[in-house]
Amino acid sequence: MKQFIIFIRKEFKHVFRDRKTLLMLFGLPIVQIVLFGFALTNEINNSKMVVLDYAHDKGSQELIAKLEASRYFEIEKNLLSDKQLEAAFREGKIKTAVIFPPNFYHDLMHTNKTQLQVIADGTDPNTATTLVNYIQTITGQYQQQVMGQTKLPYRIVPELRMLYNPELKGAYNYVPGVMALVLMLVCVMMTSISIVREKELGTMEILLVSPFKPLLVILSKAVPYLIVSLVNLAVILLLSVFALGLPVNGSVVLLVSVSTLYIITALSMGLLISTTTASQQTAMLLSLMGMLLPTMLFAGFMFPIENMPLPLQVISNIVPAKWYYIIVKRIMIKGLGFASVWKEVTILFVMTMLLLGISLKKFKIRLA
Amino acid sequence: MNPYVIKADKLTKQFGDFVATNQISFEVSKGEIFGFLGANGAGKTTAMRMLCGLLTPTSGTATVAGYDVYKQTEQIKRNIGYMSQKFSLYEDLTVIENIRFYGGIYGLPAKELKEESESLLEKLGLQDQSKKLVGSLPLGWKQKLSFSVAILHQPQVVFLDEPTGGVDPVVRRQFWDLIYDAAENGITIFVTTHYMDEAEYCNRVSIMVDGRIDALDTPGGLKTQFKAATMDEVFYQLARGAKRQAD
Amino acid sequence: MRTILFLLQKEFRQIFRNRSILPIIFVMPLMQLIVLPLAADYEVKNINLAVVDHDHSTYSAQLCAKISGSGYFRLVNYGSDFKTAFELIETDKADLVLEIPAGFERTVVRENEDKLFIAVNAINGVKAGLGGSYLSRILNDFNQDVRLKWMQLPRYNSMPVVEVTSSVWFNPHMNYNFFMVPGILAILVTMMGSYMTALNIVKEKEIGTIEQLNVTPIRKHHFVLGKLIPFWVLGMFVFSVGLFIIARLIYGIVPLGSIALLYGFLAVYLLAILGLGLLISTYCDTQQQAMSVTFFFMMIFMLMSGLFTSIDSMPLWAKGIAYLSPVTYFIEVVRMIVLKGSTFTDLKIHFAAITTFALVLNAWAILNYKKTS
Repeated sequence: MKQFIIFIRKEFKHVFRDRKTLLMLFGLPIVQIVLFGFALTNEINNSKMVVLDYAHDKGSQELIAKLEASRYFEIEKNLLSDKQLEAAFREGKIKTAVIFPPNFYHDLMHTNKTQLQVIADGTDPNTATTLVNYIQTITGQYQQQVMGQTKLPYRIVPELRMLYNPELKGAYNYVPGVMALVLMLVCVMMTSISIVREKELGTMEILLVSPFKPLLVILSKAVPYLIVSLVNLAVILLLSVFALGLPVNGSVVLLVSVSTLYIITALSMGLLISTTTASQQTAMLLSLMGMLLPTMLFAGFMFPIENMPLPLQVISNIVPAKWYYIIVKRIMIKGLGFASVWKEVTILFVMTMLLLGISLKKFKIRLA
Repeated sequence: MNPYVIKADKLTKQFGDFVATNQISFEVSKGEIFGFLGANGAGKTTAMRMLCGLLTPTSGTATVAGYDVYKQTEQIKRNIGYMSQKFSLYEDLTVIENIRFYGGIYGLPAKELKEESESLLEKLGLQDQSKKLVGSLPLGWKQKLSFSVAILHQPQVVFLDEPTGGVDPVVRRQFWDLIYDAAENGITIFVTTHYMDEAEYCNRVSIMVDGRIDALDTPGGLKTQFKAATMDEVFYQLARGAKRQAD
Repeated sequence: MRTILFLLQKEFRQIFRNRSILPIIFVMPLMQLIVLPLAADYEVKNINLAVVDHDHSTYSAQLCAKISGSGYFRLVNYGSDFKTAFELIETDKADLVLEIPAGFERTVVRENEDKLFIAVNAINGVKAGLGGSYLSRILNDFNQDVRLKWMQLPRYNSMPVVEVTSSVWFNPHMNYNFFMVPGILAILVTMMGSYMTALNIVKEKEIGTIEQLNVTPIRKHHFVLGKLIPFWVLGMFVFSVGLFIIARLIYGIVPLGSIALLYGFLAVYLLAILGLGLLISTYCDTQQQAMSVTFFFMMIFMLMSGLFTSIDSMPLWAKGIAYLSPVTYFIEVVRMIVLKGSTFTDLKIHFAAITTFALVLNAWAILNYKKTS
C-alpha cells in the first residue's frame, strides 16, 4: 500500500509540473461551462430579417413592430426589389424575408383574411423551420390582438406547464452533457498518454522489472486523473449552481458516486487505448479524432438520440457518455433517486468491468 | 587569414544568475583532434552549442571556420558537422534515406551524393543494410553511421557531443578509428566526453570544471603537470575541488 | 530550394511509413463524415406523448387521432391515470403529458370553455418550446373544427386570419445533411491539420532530431515550408475525398458554386490552420503539451464556429470570440459556396479574414522558431 502511494505521488508531480497541460485539464471544463451556459443555445436570436412592405398601412406597421420587438429578429433594412433580395440571401446577410402585399390591412378588415409571405434561407433547415415557427407564433398573436376582446364560443384553452425547467434555460440540457463530455475526454486522453509515454521512453520496463505489481503501476497512473476529474466535477457543479442557476434537486451523494463510477469507466477506456498503441502520437490522435465528435454526438445532449437513424441509436448504447447523461439529468434536475437510475448505473458498471477486464488481459499478455 | 579553425576568447554563457560557461579561451588548429573533457554539468555541452551556432553567448568572442558565432551562424553551420548525444538520425527512415537526406541538406549535388553514399556504405560495411530502418540497427552501428553522416559534406570541423555512450570497448575503438581517418583527411575534430581513456586518443585536451577551463595541454603534458599516470587521475585531481554537482 | 525537396521527401516517407497513424488521419475522419451527419439532426419530431383521458368522449378520441396524425407526435400511452403518465416522463419514455379533464366535451359545448392540461419535460428547452408550440397549433386547429361544426358557416371567415405562406430558398428539400456535411468536413480537416502539425514538430523536438536540423544550414523558412507542405497536401486530399466521394456519393451533395473558389479558400484556410499548429508547437516541449493546448483551442473553435448552434444568438462578447476564429469563417464559406453558390464578392470579407489569420499565425510562428536560442 505504501508503495502504491509513492507511485501516486510521483504521478501527481508529473501532472502538476506541466503548466500547459494543467491549463487544459482545469481550464477546459470552466471554459465549456461558460460557453454552454452563456453563449451557446439552440434558440435562434437576433436573426437578420428583411421586410418588403408593399402595404405601408396600419396592419403592416403594427406587425413589423411586433416582429422587431421580439428577440428573435433584427430587421435589417427595407429593400425594394426581388433581385436585391436574392443578393442579400446569397451574401448570407439575412435569414428570413417577410413580404406584405399591398392592401394588407384593408383585406384583413374587410375580408377577414390576408396573406403574409415568408421566405426563409433553407441552408440551415432547422433555423429556417424555427424562424418560420416564430413568425407564425407572432403573427398568431397579432391575429388575436386584431380580434380584440371578442371571445369566441367553444374555446379550448391549453394550460401549459413546463416541468423541471420553467424558464426553458438551455443550461439544464447542456450542463449534464458537458459533464459527460469533459470527464470522459480528459480521463481517456490523459490516462492513455501517460501510460504510453512511459512505454515510449522505456521507463515502463524499469517499473515492470521492479518488485512492484504491474497492476499497481498502471493504477497509480490513473489515480491523479481520478482526483483531477473529481475536482473538475466539483468546479462544474459549483459553477452551474451559482453562476448558471442550475438546481441540484436530487441527492448530491448519489450524484458524486455515480460520477465517480463514470470517471472510472473513462479511465478504463484510456487504459484500453494505452494497451493497443505503442506511440504517444497514436494514442493522442486516437483519443482526439476518434473520440471527440462521437462522444459529443452520441451522448445525446447536442442532438436528440431519438432523431437518429436506428443503427446509430444502437451504436449510441455503447457510448458510456449517453448513460451518464441520462443519469445526471434524472438525479440533478428531476430529483429522482437510485431507484430510477439503477438500470443505467448497472450498464455503466458492466461497461467498466468489461473495459478493465480486456485491458488487464491485454496488458498481461504483453508481459508474459 | 585565421590559422585557427576554432578560436574562443573569454567565451561566457550566463543563464540568469547561473554562469554555465565562464570566460573560456582556447584555439584549435586544422586537423587536430581536440578533446573537451569535464564532469557532467561542467559546461561542456553549453560551450559546444555556442560554437555550433545553437546558443548565443552572453559575452566573449569566438570564431569557427573563420566565422563569428554571434553574427555568422548560418555560415558556420555550412562548414561544420554535428553529432549529438541522441545521435539524431531518423529511426523511421532507412540507412540510405538518412544518408541522402542529410547529404542533400548540406547541398551535395546529386552525382556526388550518390558516390559519397556508396563509399560511405562500403566503408562502414553497411551495404547489405542500406534499406534497413535505422531504428533496427544495433547501437554501435547507429553511432558510426551518425558520425559518417556528420562528415559526409567534408566540413572543416565536426562537433561530437558524447558520441560513445553505451557501447562496448570494441565498438568504441572502431569509432575512434573513423575519427582518426577523418582527422587525417583534414577535418578538425572537437569531441566532448567524460570517458577519460578517450582523452588519450586526442591531440590536445581541455578539462572544464565548474564552467572554467582548468587545464589545457596534450595528454602527456597534463600527466606530467599533475604527476599522474593516467588521465583519470588528472581529472580526479581537478574535479575533486569541483563545486557543481552533475546535472 | 533543393533543401525543401529533401525535407518533403523525408516528411512524406515518415508519414506513410507510420502504420498506426495512417488509418487515423485518413480513415477515421472519412468514416466520421459518413456517420456523424446522420446523427446531427435538430428537427423536433417523434415527440412522445402520453394521454390521460378522463373524458372518454368523441372529442377526446378525435383530438388524440388528430394529434397522432400530425406526424410530430407519437402516442406512447393512453390511460386514465396521471401518475402513470407522469412516471413515463420521469423515465424519459414520454416527453409530454396531455390531460383531458372529465366532462371535457360537455363543458366546451355547454359552457363555451374548458381547459386542457399539458405537462412538458422542459429540460431540453428548445424541444419543449417547439413541442408546446406544435401542440398548441394542433389544438387551435381542432378548436376551429369544433367551432365550425356548431356555428353557421358565414360567407366570410368568422375571425381575422393572417395566412402565412412560407417558402424556402436554397436547399428546398430542407435536407439537414446538406447543412451539416460541409460543416463537419471542414471541422475534421481542421482537427487533422492542426493536431498533426503541432504533434509532428514537437515530436522532433522530443527525440532530438530538431537540434540536428538546427545545426545544418537549413533556413528557417525551408524548415517551415517542409513541415507545412506535406500536411497541406494531406488536408487537400482528405477534403477532396470527403467532398467528391462521400458528400457526393453518399449524400448527393453537389456544390452549387464554383469549386475553384472553394479550393482557393481551402488552400488559404489550411495555411492558417497549419500555421496555428506550427505556432503551438513553438511553445511546447512535449507532445502531451502540444496536444493539450491544441485540444483546448480546437474545442473552443469548434463550439463557437456556428456548426452546432447559431452565432447570431450569442451575446456580443461571445460573438467576438467566434469571429476571432478562422474556423468560423471557413465553415460559413463552405456552406455558402456549396449550398448557395455564393461568389467571391459575396465572401470577400471572409477571404480577407482567413488570409489575415494565415499571415499572422505563420509569421508569428516563424519569428518564434529560433534555430539559435
